Amino acid sequence: MTKTSLWIFALLALLGLSNAHAGPTADASVKKGFIQCGVNTGLAGFSQPDGNGEWRGIDVDLCRAVAAALFGDAKKIRFTPLTAQQRFTALQSGEVDILSRNTTWTFTRDTGLGLNFVGILYFDGQGFMVTKKRGVKSAKQLDGAAVCVQPGTTTELNLADYFRANNMKFKPVVIEKFEEVLNAYFAGRCDVFTTDVSGLLAVRASRSANATDHVILPEVISKEPLGPAVRHGDDHWFDIVKWSLHAMIDGEELGLTSKNIDQQGKSTNPVIQRFVGAKGEFGKMLGLNNRWAYNIIKQVGNYGESFDRNLTPLGLHRGLNNLWNKGGLMYAPPLR
Amino acid sequence: MDAEFDPAANTTGKARALFRPRHRAILYQTLLAAMVCLAAWYFISNAVENLLARDIASGFGFLNREAGFEIGERTFLAYNAGDTYFKALAVGLLNTFRVAALAIIFSTIIGVAIGLARLSPNWLLMKLATAYVETIRNVPLIVQLFFWYALITESLPGPANALNPMPGVFLSNRGLAFPVVTAIFPVALQYPVLTGFNFTGGALLSPEFAALFLGLALYTAAFIGEIARAGISSVESGQFEAARSLGLSETQVMRFIILPQALRVIVPPLTSQYLNCTKNSSLAVAIGYPDIVSIANTTINQTGQAIEGIAIIMLVYLTTSLAISAFMNWYNQRVALRGAKA
Repeated sequence: MTKTSLWIFALLALLGLSNAHAGPTADASVKKGFIQCGVNTGLAGFSQPDGNGEWRGIDVDLCRAVAAALFGDAKKIRFTPLTAQQRFTALQSGEVDILSRNTTWTFTRDTGLGLNFVGILYFDGQGFMVTKKRGVKSAKQLDGAAVCVQPGTTTELNLADYFRANNMKFKPVVIEKFEEVLNAYFAGRCDVFTTDVSGLLAVRASRSANATDHVILPEVISKEPLGPAVRHGDDHWFDIVKWSLHAMIDGEELGLTSKNIDQQGKSTNPVIQRFVGAKGEFGKMLGLNNRWAYNIIKQVGNYGESFDRNLTPLGLHRGLNNLWNKGGLMYAPPLR
Repeated sequence: MDAEFDPAANTTGKARALFRPRHRAILYQTLLAAMVCLAAWYFISNAVENLLARDIASGFGFLNREAGFEIGERTFLAYNAGDTYFKALAVGLLNTFRVAALAIIFSTIIGVAIGLARLSPNWLLMKLATAYVETIRNVPLIVQLFFWYALITESLPGPANALNPMPGVFLSNRGLAFPVVTAIFPVALQYPVLTGFNFTGGALLSPEFAALFLGLALYTAAFIGEIARAGISSVESGQFEAARSLGLSETQVMRFIILPQALRVIVPPLTSQYLNCTKNSSLAVAIGYPDIVSIANTTINQTGQAIEGIAIIMLVYLTTSLAISAFMNWYNQRVALRGAKA
């Protein structure tokens, strides 16, 4: 090989490198033309098909954001509804590329299950719901109750821990299908239904005949940081999903919304210019189009917009999920 | 085989050996076995490689870890959330045995009755039995389980307004609570009492168990009814006539003449039904009865070890089914025609 051709070869190799080569998951998604996203079978506000069969919810929006970042088109996404028990196997086996299904980030899942949680989409905690006519005021009064719960969840374990810690007994009624476990609660098979407080609020608002017949007890017995997860072993894909989430949060912090981003994007503020891709090469570093973050905000909206659209109508408040500078915990690393 | 028909007759000794049907059969079988082994090796090594690549834990070490979840009901074995996965699975296994054994016993009794009713000269009884068989047999079992479960949980009152047909017996959407004998001399009974949310003391038959048991027993009974009918119909009518002419009563005819002959036809397909019944009990998952599949599923989900969990489920059903088969084969030999086959 001559010296010149060696140089050209080295240069080409370098170009290839600087062009941030996409990982296998992103490559495969580009090839098939869509991202496969695992969501809940039907939890109002998080992931549920609307009257037209269109999936709606904050978990769904995260997946749309990734599609917007990868393809520049939030519609290039397909959803796989998964039960609590199917979800991890579906992700491990490659049936879905992202698991965005109100899933709690725990140590075991992050390590032993071969998953990588990309961040926290919703700060939650486990609570109890009982019928009002029971007159129960505190979870400490639940000794001997029959409790409806879904299997294979952190909820099931927290429940056992809480009753053990408080020296109380309970009868679990464990049914896999969300619909069936709700039916059992509303039919009076159980005294208590337990899941994350957001889930309780969503169920109370969307499934009960009369929302005022059910009370959510004041005790929140666990930390449930819900977030999207990807498989181990594809750092590039991990980065794309992680920064799609961060872009939604950073977008809100910068005051960029789907409505004003075209207007605001013209701002001379360097932070915003970087965000919309007018300056810098942040897209390239992710192996994406430089307008990736702009596309997320334009097509899906920022975190606050998604929250207002999906969760506020159910009576959920921002609370812990407000931005860090507004008294909440939502804090994304800066895009720089 | 005749030498003149052997296509290898003219070739050398070595080649001839290869062409002999017996040798050829051995060769094919070895090849087939090798292919099966190769395929198994391929899938296993692939799975192991994928598990390693994705950092997914493997092995059966998890069995000794704390399960951390409660189980709604148990048979014999005491259990709490602090026990191991191994014990949790054992509780699930015993729950499977309990519901399958009871369903087998009751489906046999109901099934034989239905089979006799379908042959009954009483028109109404015969039609009712036919309607039962055709209805139950043609509706999927899982639908029937949902039906029984909904019927129990939706139509029965809450524990505070429980039906109280007999002293100490309460029927509500929490199940059937009844007294248990705690001592025999002198006889002491422990009665269920409503304390707080639910009944304590005595024994409780949960709605999940009741729905699964009812569904399984009634469903299997429809099939057993047809098997019993076929068995009885297979006995020649001359046998009935001869038995009656001896002056035997109808019951005696059935018991001493017909059934012993019918059993020879009944037992082999009956074995299949018993196996089906046991395997169908895994539909428990749908209505929340904590059987082995339900517990193993939860274990898989909490530990992420799907391959090990599924292997345990397969092993359990395989062992159970083979045990039932072995017992039924032994019984079949007892009722078979003596001297018919060694």
